Amino acid sequence: MSEHPSVAALRARFGAGLAAVSESCGDVIARVESGRAHEIFTWLRDDPAQAYDYLVDVTAVEYRDPELPLEVVWQLRSLPHARDLRVKVALDKAGPLEVPSVYDLWRGADWLEREVYDMFGISFAGHPDLRRILMWETYHEGHPLRKDFPLRGHFSRAEQTRQALAANPEAHYSIEELSIAESYDDLPAEMRARLAHGERGAV
Amino acid sequence: MAGRTVEFALSTPVLDQHGRVSQAPLGAPSQGEDDLHGEHMLINIGPQHPATHGVLRLVIELDGERVVRVIPHIGYLHSGFEKLGEYRHYNQIVPLTDRTDYLSPMANNVGLALAAEKLMGITITERCQVLRVIACEMSRIISHLVWLGTTGIDLGAFTPFLWSFQQRERIYDLQESWTGARLTTSLTRVGGMMADVPEGWEAGLREFCRTFPTTLREVDTMFTRNAIWIGRTQGVGVMSAADAINYSLSGPMLRASGVPFDVRKDRPYLGYETYDFDVPVGEHGDIYDRYRVRLEEMWQSTRILEQALDRLAKLAGAPLNVSDARVILPSKSQAMSDMESMIHHFKQVMEGVKAPPGEAYLPIENPKGELGYYFVADGTAKPVRWRIRPPSFINLAALPTLCVGALLSDVIAINASVDIVMGEIDR
Repeated sequence: MSEHPSVAALRARFGAGLAAVSESCGDVIARVESGRAHEIFTWLRDDPAQAYDYLVDVTAVEYRDPELPLEVVWQLRSLPHARDLRVKVALDKAGPLEVPSVYDLWRGADWLEREVYDMFGISFAGHPDLRRILMWETYHEGHPLRKDFPLRGHFSRAEQTRQALAANPEAHYSIEELSIAESYDDLPAEMRARLAHGERGAV
Repeated sequence: MAGRTVEFALSTPVLDQHGRVSQAPLGAPSQGEDDLHGEHMLINIGPQHPATHGVLRLVIELDGERVVRVIPHIGYLHSGFEKLGEYRHYNQIVPLTDRTDYLSPMANNVGLALAAEKLMGITITERCQVLRVIACEMSRIISHLVWLGTTGIDLGAFTPFLWSFQQRERIYDLQESWTGARLTTSLTRVGGMMADVPEGWEAGLREFCRTFPTTLREVDTMFTRNAIWIGRTQGVGVMSAADAINYSLSGPMLRASGVPFDVRKDRPYLGYETYDFDVPVGEHGDIYDRYRVRLEEMWQSTRILEQALDRLAKLAGAPLNVSDARVILPSKSQAMSDMESMIHHFKQVMEGVKAPPGEAYLPIENPKGELGYYFVADGTAKPVRWRIRPPSFINLAALPTLCVGALLSDVIAINASVDIVMGEIDR
């Protein structure tokens, strides 16, 4: 089988920036260096011979073997060339869990990156609004899709219920919402002071 | 008798002899409401609100009636399906897919089985392919019918809701007699199907295909040239083709904006390239075009169903499941009488179907858009990672952009046009 045309072009242009190429079940996977990832994505999107204009998915993988690094996975698609490419960046668990955001290239990355951040604790540098999306903002138990997160959570069902019932209602509004327009000034002074400290009621 | 203000088409108010207004001019006052002074207002809709189609919460910042900003809040239905999948055999994940996009469970089942088969390198039988096409297209029709009915209600049209739910019920009856369940179908297995269609079932689906277009024609008569419907939908929630691609929209949302991408045509699976059907594409990217695309897709699904039924008749008696004892359970009588079959049965139930190390992403064209399942396997019977590429999650992410500058009442219409299902968004 002939090599994926984008892989050949990537190797010619970025050399060592393309760490490895593999194939699994017919899908081509290009592993790239985290530091050059954004540059590579920009080129993949803008070069007319590549034209990966459609971001299918952003996700992450943690393997059961704790020695293996975390992987961030981008599924790219070129509509003009009818081509798919999977790009991966490996993240050493000991180092900072951060990769560049592709929000500026594909707006579809907005919620996808927020979900990866929420579920894996991986930050996307350059994302304008990186906060939890499926879990609530004051959720403190960790990142559910990490392998060190127990299937049933860190607390018993009874404790989770107790915490939910004890939560302050304003904890469910974000600072951004509470500060919209004039409504912020209508809040009691005590609540404004707490919001200013970043406190939104214990959850 | 006290003087009463009468609305009358005049440019200036008419005063009575006491200097009070007796006739007020029609039309909007020249300046805005006194008490607002251009202040923005914060409106919370949901999570318990019928027009948010599930537990979606929208916080909307308004300047008068114009939307300045929309902040969606999701996650109220988060069940950790992707986490649960890492603790289950591939076949045990099938019931989880019923519960993600619960308006098209059979199509989700098919997607999952296809992804697992891609991972394991299994080629399914022709009869199985045809039955899966039937499952996918039946799901497309019921999902679009729910969309049509609920969107009609959101915009004040109640009758098409009754028509569409009547037709949906007929498919649910067929679905129930095939799978035993209306909603939690769990229809597929790796390498085959949970069950073949019962005897005489095809006749019921043929009858549906024959009579269902009547309802489509009625809906078409009711909506397509209806002045109220057009007024509420044309030019509202517009997204250009370039933006639709940039926002990763998929399914009818993408095609209504004029991008002719359909996974069934562009990344064919289940032999879709051999069926004769058209992919409707809009040009304005507004709610009206999304309605036209979905309506036409139901016609096309009926066409595909008829072709699939013809093929099914030719494949009568052909094997349904792959003949691989490591993947498909032996029949009960075999397992009880034959030693080897019993061992296979035991190993499959206790250990599950093992997938070789590797990874596979497989997209299918679901009613809501491109549903993709991404498996990463390490050689055991449980995936290391099971990722759902949720089409309505990604489509909903464009809602804040679609709503900016629209009226508050349009937010309901735009949200309805995205066709979301919270079970899939929150997973």
